This record gives sequence, C-alpha cells and structure tokens, in this order.
Amino acid sequence: MELFTNQILAGIATGAIYACMALAVVMIYQAIDHLNFAQGEMAMFATFVSWQLMQWGVPYWAAFVITLAFAFVGGVAIERILFKPLAKAPVLTNVAGFIALFAIINSSAGLIWDFTIKQYPTPFGSSPFLGSQLISTHQAGMIGVTVLLLIGLYFFFQYTRIGLAMRAAASVPESARLVGINTSWMIALGWGMASAIGAIAGMLIAPVVFLEPNMMGGVLIYGFAAAVLGGLTSPFGAVVGGFLMGIFENLAGTYIPGVGNELKLPIALALIISVLVVKPAGLFGRHIVKRV
Amino acid sequence: MSAAEEVVAEGHQAVEAVPKRAMTLGTGTSLVVLAALLIVPLLVKNFIIFQMTMLLIYGLAVLALNILTGGSGQFSLGQSAFYAVGAYTSAVLMEHANINYALTIPISAVVCFGFGYLFGKPALRLSGVYLALATFALATAMPQLLKLNFLEHWTGGVQGLVVTKPDAPFGLPMSQDMWLYYFTLVVTIAIYIFAVNLLRSRSGRAFMAIRDNEIAASAMGVDVARYKTLAFGVSAAVTGIAGSLGAIAVQFVAPDSYTITLAISLFLGMVVGGVGWLPGSFVGAAFIIFVPNMAESISKGLSGAVFGVLLFLVIYLVPHGARQVAILGQQLVNKLKKN
Repeated sequence: MELFTNQILAGIATGAIYACMALAVVMIYQAIDHLNFAQGEMAMFATFVSWQLMQWGVPYWAAFVITLAFAFVGGVAIERILFKPLAKAPVLTNVAGFIALFAIINSSAGLIWDFTIKQYPTPFGSSPFLGSQLISTHQAGMIGVTVLLLIGLYFFFQYTRIGLAMRAAASVPESARLVGINTSWMIALGWGMASAIGAIAGMLIAPVVFLEPNMMGGVLIYGFAAAVLGGLTSPFGAVVGGFLMGIFENLAGTYIPGVGNELKLPIALALIISVLVVKPAGLFGRHIVKRV
Repeated sequence: MSAAEEVVAEGHQAVEAVPKRAMTLGTGTSLVVLAALLIVPLLVKNFIIFQMTMLLIYGLAVLALNILTGGSGQFSLGQSAFYAVGAYTSAVLMEHANINYALTIPISAVVCFGFGYLFGKPALRLSGVYLALATFALATAMPQLLKLNFLEHWTGGVQGLVVTKPDAPFGLPMSQDMWLYYFTLVVTIAIYIFAVNLLRSRSGRAFMAIRDNEIAASAMGVDVARYKTLAFGVSAAVTGIAGSLGAIAVQFVAPDSYTITLAISLFLGMVVGGVGWLPGSFVGAAFIIFVPNMAESISKGLSGAVFGVLLFLVIYLVPHGARQVAILGQQLVNKLKKN
C-alpha cells in the first residue's frame, strides 16, 4: 500500500510537467484549431534564453519575466511571419509547417547552445517536500504554479473582455468579425499566450529533465496525450489529463511485469486510446456536432 | 467556456475534396515517365540505381498513406509500424524459413492487411487529432515491441536481422542493384495501377464519400465502418509491401529504423506531393529522400534548420503540393495549344 501511494505521489509530480505542457497545447488549440507540434521546441528555446540571461548574471525572477516577454513576442512574431500566410492552406499543409518549425528551432538551438546537458536552477529548492522522499519542493512548486496558471487563465477567459473576444474568435470567427473583433490578431494573441505558457512549462521542467535541445521531445508527447485525454477543448481537462497521465505511467511501470522505461509510453498511450474509444471527445471535452 | 454544443459548418473538413479524375496523370505523361524509369538505370551508377529503388519504395509507402488520407480522409502517423511489419515479415521468412524473396512480398501484404484491418476496427470511433494520436501510439510502440525478449529468436532483438540481397535470376547480366530496381519497378507499377483502379471503383467512391462527408455518406447507404477499416487494411498492405522491398534493398532490418521519424517523413512526403494526388507520392518520396541530404551538404550543423526552411518554401509556394504544379503546368499547355 505504501508503494502504491508513493507511486501515485511520484506520478502527480511528473504529471505536473505534463499538465503544464498540455495547458499550452490546449491554449493554442483553442486559438488556432491546430495542434502545434513545434510547441515543445518553442518552450525549449525560451528556456535556453532564460538560461543564457542567468549566465549573464540576471537574477532568476528577472530572467523569468524577460523570458516570458520574449516568448510572448516570439509567439506573436512566428504567427505573423510564418503561419498567417498559411491560414488559407489545407490543414495538413499547416501540420507540415509545424514540423518544419520544429526542425528549424531544434537545429538552431543545437548550434547556438550545443547538445551538452546543462543544469538549470530552481527557485523552489530541491529538498524533500513535507518529509516525502518522492516529491521535492521543486515539484510541489511546479504543481502550485500549474494550478495558479489554470486559475489565472480561467479568470482571463471568463471575466475579461479580451478573453471573451478570443473565445468568440475561436468558436465562430465569422460572427466575431461582424461584431468588430479583430480575429486575425486574436489568433496572434493566442500564439503569444501559448508560447508564454510553454516557456513557463519549459523553465519549470528544465531542473527535472535538464536543459538540452531535445529535452522537450518526450514531454511534448505526454503533453499532447494528456491534452487529448482531458479533451482538447478544455484547459481544466488538460491539467487533469496531465496528472492522470503521470499517474498512469508510474503505476504501469511499477505493477505491470516486464514494463521497463521503454514500454511505459506505449502502455500509457494504449490506455488513453482505450479511454478515447469510450469517450471520443476526451474526458472533459465538448462533443462537436457536425452539420451535413 | 460554455458547455453549449459547437456546430461545425459545412466545408470545414480535414482533407479537401479531390475529384477522382484529378487523382492521376494523363496517358501521354504516364508513358514518358515510364520510359524514363525504364531507361535511366541503364545509364547511371549503382549507387544512383539504389537511390532510385528507394525512391520507388518510399513512393509506394507515401502512396499507401495517400489512399488512406487522400482517399478516405483518415489521418495516420502510424505508417512506420505497418512498414516495419512488412519489413520484418519478409526478413524473418527469408532468413528463418528460406522462402524466396519474391514470395515473401504477397505474404507480408496479407499479414499487413490483417494487421491494418484489425487496427482500423478500434480506430473507427476516432477521427482527426484523436486518430492521429492513436496511430502515433502504434508508431512509438512498434520498435519497442520488436525488441521484446520472447521475439528475439526471430527478430534478432536490438541487433536486427541481415537480409541477403537477391541475384538476378536466369543468369541475366545485371548487377544486384539493377535487378532489384526493375523488380521494384514492376511491383510499383502493378500497385499504382491497382490504386488508381481502386479509387475509381465502387469502393473508391465510397472512400471519397466518407472523406467528404461521413454523415451524408452513411445516409446514402455507404457502410462507413466497413470502408474505413478496408481503407486501413489496403493502406497497411501497400505499406507492408514497401517495407518488404525496403528490407530487401537495404539488406538489413532493425527496430530503430522504423521509428516515428519514418512515419513523419512519409507524412511530409504526402503533403509535398499533394494530398490525394497519387503520382505526387513519388514527388514527395523524392523530397524526403533528397532534401535532407541536400540540407546536410549546405550546412552540417544547421541541416535541420535548412531542411525546415526548404520545407517552408515549398509549402508557401505550393500549399497543395506537386499537384498544384501539375495543374498549373496543364493550364499552361492548354493555353499554348489554343494560341
């Protein structure tokens, strides 16, 4: 029983990482209706920028804020320069664009900062949290930040004019334009916010997985899976999906014999697919009705 | 975010409609391409012949994805898994059962058809990103499954299997590479003709009806579940054949050759070639084989970035892939004819 609770705690700790990433995935999905495969790389690049700032002697929180601003501006710029011209192109062409962006960012980061693994500081310290060996203060802090982020986003979308405008632009673009919402900039704003959330995720994850250009590969896959599990239309679902994902993964690794690190991911994914077969829109997603 | 149900208006579909006549090349063009494919290998070095063989093989794999996505509107990131099953079926049969390489190909087609058909069953309820995730899971699981201990006797585990390259039969004065090229070419042409006819048949029309509007298709009496799984099965079978040919051409199978990267490459090939345009599959295959090498030769350290930039250039200039180029070319020819 103690093993079980410990594994669940550990699962929640890793789940926080996935939840962060899933939140960023859902944000951009809300804004542009696509899954951004380059999201992880954007987050990785932002994390490297913050690392570079700290190398130059900028204190953590200052670097944190500058990086957020950088990520926001970067996200908006990527949308304006690279993806706005593709707005009318077929969906699959857009996906190819994301893959191209992935390759560009990954390879540039590798060239600028090389592929050696780097230590990344944490603002929360890494002593055991409340006497538990499995969950450190950093991981607890990570969970806290994710929850705060979620609450902040909820208020932003529910109670601010601009949040309402973004929701309108995403769900019914034509009508939103008619009431005077600049839908094109709402998309750019969505990219900026998703990029900034991704940057937060990156900076929280980096102390755990260490900083290197490929650090986001695995995390992003889990993030996507978590977002799909929770339902791509629901930020709350994404966070829940992230935690479930972490718990699934840990329990599968512990209790199913013969499952090493290698088979954890396929098993977690298989579980998710079984969930999707029963609930095709994810756990908390809205069911979309199609008109013939 | 309200709980109201969202209604997606018509015209909002993942894969655009391609009329079936626009899916193939004209007779004249086909004959020119065929002649080129027959003659060029006689004039070039073995290494280039090998690359042309790989081009046909990847072309087949992209074609298979095109049948699935361009034909029936289902998206797959799991093609590398079917490719791996095909490759391993051939390799195991050749090395452990001493079966002739040519005979292993229909066997792996059957095995892969079954595998794809069975996978298509649970995937029926999923579409769009959800289907992408399910197929993605298959692609990530496949290399791990091939490494499993109790299969190691047959699959060779992490080490993989070495496959012997066949000699030209009947004492034909050909190098192994050239023989394999012509062998692959014959298989490719047969499958291409099969694919064209499939999409023109009753089943093909059913695929396209499902792609364009699933609800309308089922209202008109199309058995959606049957045709969707059939599309998965056919696509897997063709990918499996490509995998078999690939294993014979490369002379080696190992789990790590069939990762998600392969599936992503095949997907890019389809987009660059033009979704739903069958001849474009081979253009797309050329892109995924040659452009990464080109990028590497431009800059070693930044090869990924160069590849990304080139990919962006292609999708900016021709968002509908090679199909768009072909259509433009045809319009130009028609204009010239009129003058």
